[in-house]
Formats: sequence, structure tokens, C-alpha cells
Amino acid sequence: MFVITCPYCGERDLSEFAYGGEAHIARPEWREDMSDAEWAEFLFMRTNPKGILAERWMHAAGCRRFFNMLRNTATDDILAVYRIGETPPKVEARLPATPSGEAPIGSGNDAVKIIQPGEGA
Amino acid sequence: MGKQPYRAPKGGLVQRNRVIRFTFDGRSYPGHPGDTLASALLAHGHHMVARSFKYHRPRGILAAGSEDPAGLVTIGADAKRRDPNTRVAEQELYDGLVASSQNCWPSLLTDFGAINDAFARFMPAGFYYKTFKGPPGTWTGLFEPIIRAAAGMGRAPEPGDPDRYEAINRHCDVLVVGGGPAGLMAALAAGRSGARVILVEETARLGGSALARDPDRLAFDGTQPAQWVADIEKELATMPEVTVLPRTCAFGYYANNFVGLWEKVSDHLPEDKRLGHLPRQRLWRVRAREVVLATGALERPLVFHENDRPGVMLAGAVRTFLHRYGVMAGRRPAIFTNNDSGWVAAFDLARAGAEIAAIIDVRREMSPQHLAEAARLGIPIHASSTVVATAGYRRIRQVEVRPLHEDGTVGQGGSKIACDVLAVSGGWAPNVALFSQSRGKLAWDGELAAFRPGLSWQRERSAGAANGTFALADALAEGARAGVEAAAAAGFASGDVTVPEVEGAEPGQGRIKVMAELPSHLPAHRRRAWIDLQDDVTAKDLRLAVQEGYSAVEHAKRYTTTGMGTDQGKVVNLNAFAFLAAERGEDPVKVGTTTFRQPYKPVTFAALAGQHMGPHFLPRRTTPMHAWHRRHGAVFEPVGEWLRPRAYPREEEDFFAAVQREARTARSACGVLDASTLGKIDVKGPNAREFLNRVYTNAWMKLAPGMCRYGLMLGEDGMVMDDGVTACLADDHFHMTTTTGGAARVLAKLEDYLQTEWPELKVYLTSVTEQWAVASICGPKSPELVGEILDDFDPDPEKFPFMAWREATMAGIPVRVFRISFTGETSYEINIPATYGRWMWRTILEKGQKHGIAPYGTEAMHLLRAEKGFIIVGQDTDGTVTPHDLRMSWIVKKSGDFIGKRSLFRSDTARTDRRQLVGILTEDPELVLEEGSHIVARRNEPAPPVPMLGHVTSSYYSPNVGRSIALALVESGGTRIGDRLFATRGGLPTVPVRVTETDFLSLKENRQLPQAPREALNG
Repeated sequence: MFVITCPYCGERDLSEFAYGGEAHIARPEWREDMSDAEWAEFLFMRTNPKGILAERWMHAAGCRRFFNMLRNTATDDILAVYRIGETPPKVEARLPATPSGEAPIGSGNDAVKIIQPGEGA
Repeated sequence: MGKQPYRAPKGGLVQRNRVIRFTFDGRSYPGHPGDTLASALLAHGHHMVARSFKYHRPRGILAAGSEDPAGLVTIGADAKRRDPNTRVAEQELYDGLVASSQNCWPSLLTDFGAINDAFARFMPAGFYYKTFKGPPGTWTGLFEPIIRAAAGMGRAPEPGDPDRYEAINRHCDVLVVGGGPAGLMAALAAGRSGARVILVEETARLGGSALARDPDRLAFDGTQPAQWVADIEKELATMPEVTVLPRTCAFGYYANNFVGLWEKVSDHLPEDKRLGHLPRQRLWRVRAREVVLATGALERPLVFHENDRPGVMLAGAVRTFLHRYGVMAGRRPAIFTNNDSGWVAAFDLARAGAEIAAIIDVRREMSPQHLAEAARLGIPIHASSTVVATAGYRRIRQVEVRPLHEDGTVGQGGSKIACDVLAVSGGWAPNVALFSQSRGKLAWDGELAAFRPGLSWQRERSAGAANGTFALADALAEGARAGVEAAAAAGFASGDVTVPEVEGAEPGQGRIKVMAELPSHLPAHRRRAWIDLQDDVTAKDLRLAVQEGYSAVEHAKRYTTTGMGTDQGKVVNLNAFAFLAAERGEDPVKVGTTTFRQPYKPVTFAALAGQHMGPHFLPRRTTPMHAWHRRHGAVFEPVGEWLRPRAYPREEEDFFAAVQREARTARSACGVLDASTLGKIDVKGPNAREFLNRVYTNAWMKLAPGMCRYGLMLGEDGMVMDDGVTACLADDHFHMTTTTGGAARVLAKLEDYLQTEWPELKVYLTSVTEQWAVASICGPKSPELVGEILDDFDPDPEKFPFMAWREATMAGIPVRVFRISFTGETSYEINIPATYGRWMWRTILEKGQKHGIAPYGTEAMHLLRAEKGFIIVGQDTDGTVTPHDLRMSWIVKKSGDFIGKRSLFRSDTARTDRRQLVGILTEDPELVLEEGSHIVARRNEPAPPVPMLGHVTSSYYSPNVGRSIALALVESGGTRIGDRLFATRGGLPTVPVRVTETDFLSLKENRQLPQAPREALNG
């Protein structure tokens, strides 16, 4: 239950929002010659990164407006919130070391629980 | 006082001048207000309160708080209110309290389950996994019933809890968890800054460890501990922004400083003294800007042979019972320790009048100051020694002590020492559960031989013993600093707090000598050294787990069940992890910990449910006509969030008969349906028409004002998502209807496209579902009736054709009348402002009486639709069905884009052998198929897997067709019309069916119903 800052209403509880999937996936204009593979790319394929993801949210129990958000999926850290049509801002985050690894701290998987020898405290 | 033989002559914060009575296992005892059940039982010398889970060994009271692993009883005599697995150390005493032991039969002292203990060597770690396996069927047939009969702790209360519970939300600037010295200073500092502060204390009183000290030997600025705490409490009470919550456990630390608090509001009061306006328990959902964790430290037991007897207690708990509750745990206690804190417990007990049997310390070198004090008090010392065995059943009565050599072996010739309590101390570990839940990283502290908070992830800080700061003066300073910093971080200028001068500070636990399992003269297989007292996990079990390859901490936990009891291993886990490290010969950092999960301790379901019980569990939406439906005996069904009448059975009429009558009446005379629940969206704007063109599969450019059109809406994947009729109110204004359950989903999707894909379209969407009450009147008598109830209105179906709509008035009230139909009959759908809904409904039924009107529910509506082959989205479609699959290609326009269009040309959706919607008629006209029945090609299919052609989506007995009807999605269904297939009937033989078109009424009218073959009729 994290807190989201709606760009129109301000800080609100997660329970007021609805998830809208990955952002910045524009619906292609209808083209007769569009291949199944091209269409499938739009329809089904998502990046699903362990790390920074641009995603859409809707303030369902509020202004009912869609907006975009950058979230670190490894830690649920919200890095930026911006309006539809705006370009995502540059952000930094403590990211997992490898594609299958965990973020050094704050991992949602509880896999990183103890400071290991040699790790800066 | 003579009746409480172990009550100390003086001291304790109990009200000695008042006597209250409680019963334990049917026996009545006296106690005092301020006691816990544990302290009151100990005052009677009653140590054995429970039986362990697996071996049914006698269990006593190890700790004085929520960390106690095995002292569990059931509270309450009322089966609906009883509270199983309550820790005796936590339950506050009240007059008339009824407690009983659990996990034993027939009684605590004579428990047949204790036979398990005799067979303990046949039930090693992983016993379940090794034993309960066999050929198929043995699990459900044999093993599961045995295990279920043996499992379980306590009995859950019976349904129908009469008490109230509530959940509330709260925001605060600083949440302080723990009302001990550090927490008090933090709350005071933050409170003085003006911040909104919540201070949470798990027990009934603030004070924490300050109350577990001899009040004559500790002072804060010259004030006795209890008075010092009371002064702070008084000041906090004057601060309007500070909330102090005693009896409240912070049980879960979640994202963004969201902390769950569980307040036991009334559980400490006799049932007749509980206040009616207060709930029994309360759940606080707190969002804090900053959190201070002052959760203190937990003391570890020692792991040695026969360490599980009642009367083996933590040294710190013994002190708490003495100073906070005025109870001597024993008159002749022995102390067994690996650090200095066992010694101070001995001194306190000696000063209170106990005869200390011995102090047994595993260390060789000890504090000279303590040695001198022990000598002064005449306490025998066994240095560099260990306990190798104990005796006593209901209570420990003797320990056997042997010298401990430098090489970790024990010597010959020890001594047997009589005692009535054994106070043990394995050193203190910061209580880091909440910190770890907050996803902070733990740091290993070699000096403490324990983990303490390392790196914070959330806006939180630990203070005092929870942070490994055990010295009282330091803990106070750290608490004050944490309060100031937290308030500052939340935007409040620091309040000024002077840290009190502590007189009588204790030197702390000193150097601790950790031995994962204390050595013994006994061979390893004969040693029974308990690690987990509740689940009966011994050092031997953990050793076996390591030997068998389950040496990772998470594996060992699950293989042996250590720390998996209701206590979640609060005090036992550290010993388990240390033991694993020693067994593996690795650093404790490498071994790590299991995950500290929410909740910190078991929280009742009732508290979590709060007010959301019964009708409040999931509030239902009802139409303006709901009261009428209820008065007229409607049977209801939930549809999405709504409650809709399913049928209106008359007296002596069953549900089936009612539906048949309603469906017959709707076609033969006149029926009326409450259609108010349909989603209604007002679509307005210069681009409204273009918008509809893009969201529906059909064309909308030519729909004239005054006319309606049916539309199918697809997802971008080409699958049918919703359907409904949209009316053109004006060139730039439309009234869209959706299915009852799909309204919110449709509105969200339309908003999504408008806001994110087509921001250039000027269209405004407004949900008007609840603005209109809707009655759909159908049947041959409906034109006459509609003419009667509307003012100056010509309902003639010729002049007011199908799919038109008109404005009209009903007794002067403006209404919209739509000539649209659920049933295929001549229909009028009257929309009236919702406040007139009930009046309109009543009027229709009154005026309709002479036409033979009957209200019909959703079941008859589904049946009437199926008779005409009209689809129901969500019943005949399931998210894998395209318009072509429904054989509704006529509704898909050829030119121009719409949502989902491209997907209709994917190789998969363009297949001609997809499942398609067809009619299914059983050869036996009286047989009604089960919805979901499979359609197969042959009467006797070969062995499974049987190739399945499709399944039945809707199935009814139709009074108007005069036989059973069904709709089904069948592979290449459109090309199979007239074919003979078979339908399965869940275990019964398959039955032959005919594939038909879906409009059964037309088939009947045109005499195209297939004739049943003679064999089917006879057979």
C-alpha cells in the first residue's frame, strides 16, 4: 500500500488508484499491411523490467484522470509522476545488480536482509 | 496473602488491596488488578500451563510478554467469544476471567497425547515428509485424516461473534513504537515540537524495562521509575496532538510508513464491564511521516539437555514478574547464564528474600563487582560450568551441574542442586522484527552476537535497546534524539528535552559467551535440548536437517518447523540461526535469518475485518424499486455490485415454476423488468459520433436523432467486451447503455482512449446510471399499457417503430421511452428520473393488472433472451469470443478503424474452425443440459483426453418453445447446423443433441424444430 502523488490531486493512498499497464505504448494507426508480428508487438509485448518502468495509473476514486509514473519495480520506489503527453524525466535508482539479482536495499522479495561483509553501511 | 504463596511481600504495580478471582481449568484463584494471567498463576506457584504441540510435553511460562513461545491457553467460557492460543503472559487479569488449557486430553496433567513423547525418536525432523507417502489415494484416504486429527492448537470460536470491532485510518507525523524508556523520550521530544504523535505500547502500562527494575535501586532525576513514567504520561496527556495507545501492538510495517496497529480495547475488562460504545478490538491503519522504533530487546534462552521444563524461565522475565507484578517466580531459584544479566536477576531475587540455589555461569572470567556482591549475598557460584540435566515434571525441582572445560567438553563429577525455578539468560538481542519488515537491512553485531538495525530503507529510525543500545542512560539519550530528529524530518522545530540523570545504572550484559548448544556428557542421540518450545524442535532435529541437506536457514526452518508456531520464533529463532551457523561452521552473517513477516504476533480476523461484517462486508447497490421487490417476495442475485431480483415466486410456487410463469406471461400478455441497473453513460461533444464509430464495431455516422442502435464493443484483442443500445439524443449527444456488470469497466476504458489515445476528440463522458430508473415493459399488451400510463402518447408500434425513442411525460414527469427489447417482443423501455422510480414501477403494475402483467426477474430475462438467441456478454462470451465467433459478422463494419479491428485479422482469430455460437437441442425435449456441459463428437468417446468440440453456455427449459433449449460454443459450429453431436452429463452417459440456429422462437414458428428420433423418445 504505497502512496502515489496524483499530478492533479496530490498525495493519495494506493487504494484510490487503478493500474493502467505500461506507458508510452502508442496505438498504431490502422494499416492493412501491418503484419501479425507488428500488431502482436503492440498488443501483447511488454518490457516487464526489474528496475525502472514507466507505467500508467488512473486516479479512479479521485479525478479519474490518467497519468504516468516511473516506478522501480524491484523496490516499489516511485521515482517520478508526470502527465500524459509529457516525456519521462531522467531519474536515478538503486537497481538490481543483475537481471536476476536484487536491488541492494528495499527489495520487495525480502531477499536482501542483511548487510554482507565488505558492503558499505 | 497466604493464599498466594509466591506473592512477594512487597513491591509490584498490582493493586494489592483489591482481590479479584479468576478460574484456570475450573479451579478458582485470587489475584490482583494489574496482574497478568501469568503473574497471577505464578503467585500460586503454578508454572505448568500448557502442552507442547508435537510431543505434548509440559510447558511453563518462559517470558513475561508477547515473545513467550509456549504458554498458551484459551480465554473465555462463551464459545462464540473464546480466544484460543492466548499467551498467559499477555492476558490481563480481570474479575471472573475464565482460562483453560488446550492441546491436551483429558486434562493438562493427564494428557494421552503425551504418548507421542515416548515415541519421539520415531518422529524426527522431516517426519511428515518421510512417513506420509505411499501409493495414490493414501494421502487423502489415510494420512490426511490422521494428521488433521492430531493437528491444531486450541479451538476456534464458534460463528456468530457478538462483539463489535472497528478499523480506523490515521495520519501522523511521528509514530513511536514502544513505550519503554527510549520510546517515552522519543514521544516526549516529538510531542513538545507540536508534531502529531502516536505512541504505541503493547502492554497495559507505559514504562517497559524501567518497570522491570528494582524501584529502590533506580531513579530518573531522583524520581522512582513508576513515578517518572507517570509524570511523562501526564505531560503527554496535555498535548492535544499526541495519542497514547496502550494495549496496542504495531504488528505490521508496510510500504511508505504504513503501519498496522492492533488495539485490544476491551479484552482486559470483565464482560459485563465492557462499554457498549467501544469495540472489543480496533485496527489502526496509520500512515506516519516518520517512525521511531523503540521495540526493545528480547532475551534468548540457553540450549541444553532438558531445558524445556516448566519453571525454566528467562532471567529478565523473572525480574519483570518480581518488580512489575510483585511475584517471586521461585523461593529457591537457580540461575544459569552466559552473560552478566543473569547475575543481576539473582541479586534482585536474593534481596527480595529468595534463597539462591546457585549461579551457574558458562564463562571462566566474570565481573569482580558481581562476584563480590554474590559473596556478600552468600550465593554459591559455579563458574565455567553448565547444566547437563534437569528434573521435575510439573515444575523443575533439580538441576545437574558439571564443569565445562575449555575444549568444550564437560567434566566428571558434578553436583545435583535442588531448585524450584531455573532463570536462564543467553544474552539480549535487539527486537528487529518491525525494522526488518520495513525492508531495512540488518547488521551483525559480533559483540552482542545478534543482529541490529543497519541500513534503513524507509523514513524510520531505531532507538534504545531495539538499536542495540542497552545502557539505560544511552538509550534515553538516543530516544530523545530520535524524537527530535523525527519531528524535524516531519517539519517540526525541535522541542527541548533534557535527558534525565539515571541513578542506579546497570553495567549491561558484559561479555557474552555464545555456545549454540551447551555440551553434555550424554551422547548426541540421547540429548534433548529444545530450541523451539512450542513446536518441539530440538538441537538434534536441526542437526539432522543440516545432515540431510536442509542447511539453508529457510530450508531448515520448514524442514523442522522451528519458529513456525504462533510465536513466529521471537526468542527461539536466534538460537536456531546460531546453531545452524555452528553446525555449518560458518559465519552467522552467511547463514542469515528467515524473513520477519507481518504480523508480528497473531491478529484476530475480527479486528482485520473491522466493521466490514455481514451486510457491510460488500455493500450492494440497489435500484429505486428495491423495496417493492422485497415486499413482493423477490429472490435476489448479485450482478456485479448490484442486487437484482432473480424471480418473484408466488406462494406455493417454486423457483423454476415462477421463472416459467414469468417467461410465459412476458410473451403472452405483458411483463415488466427492472432494468435500472444497466450502465448508462452520457456521451456529449462535437466528436461524440466519431468516438462511437471508433469504440463500436458498427457504423454510427448515419444514426439520426430519435433513433437507437445496438453495438458490440471489443477489446483491442478483438474479443467481445460489452454490448448495449445507444440512443442519439442530438447530433452531438448520445445516451449509451452497457451491461450491468460492465458499466465501470466500459467507462474506464472509454476514458482511457479519450485521455491517452485520442486527446484530440472533444467528447465528454458522464456516468448517469443512477440518474435514471428504468422499467422495460414487453409483450403483446404492452402498447396498450404504455398508452395508458403516459400522457397523450401514441405507442402504436407502426408509428413509433422498433429502435426509435421519444420524449414523453408520465403524470407530468418527463421520461424517455425507448423502443428497444431484451426479449424480441414488442417492448418499451421507460426511463424516469430515479426519484420517481418506485412510483413509476407501482403505477405500471397497478395499471397493468387488467392486462395480466407480471414482473419478471433476471432468470426469466436470460431465458427470454436465449429463446431469441440474443447473447449475454459474460455468459455466452468469456473473453475469448469474437463477433465472428458469435456469428454476428453483420455487426462488423468493413471500412474504418475501431477498437479491436486489427485483431480480427490475426491468424488465430481469422481461423474458420474457431468455436462458434450455435443452438443445441437435446433429442429428448424434456432434458435440460447443465451449463458448461461438454459437446463431443461421438456417443462413446475413447479413453481420455476426449477431444472436446465445445461447451454449453446457456441452457433452459423454455415454456414458449415448449422444450429445452441451449446455446453452445462449438468448433466450426456454423458449418455443423443440423449435425448430431453429443453432450456430456458429468458422469452419466452422454446424450445426443442437434446443432441448430440460435433463434429458437423463429425455428418454432417456421416449424423447423428437429423432430426427435423415435429411439430417443422411447429410450
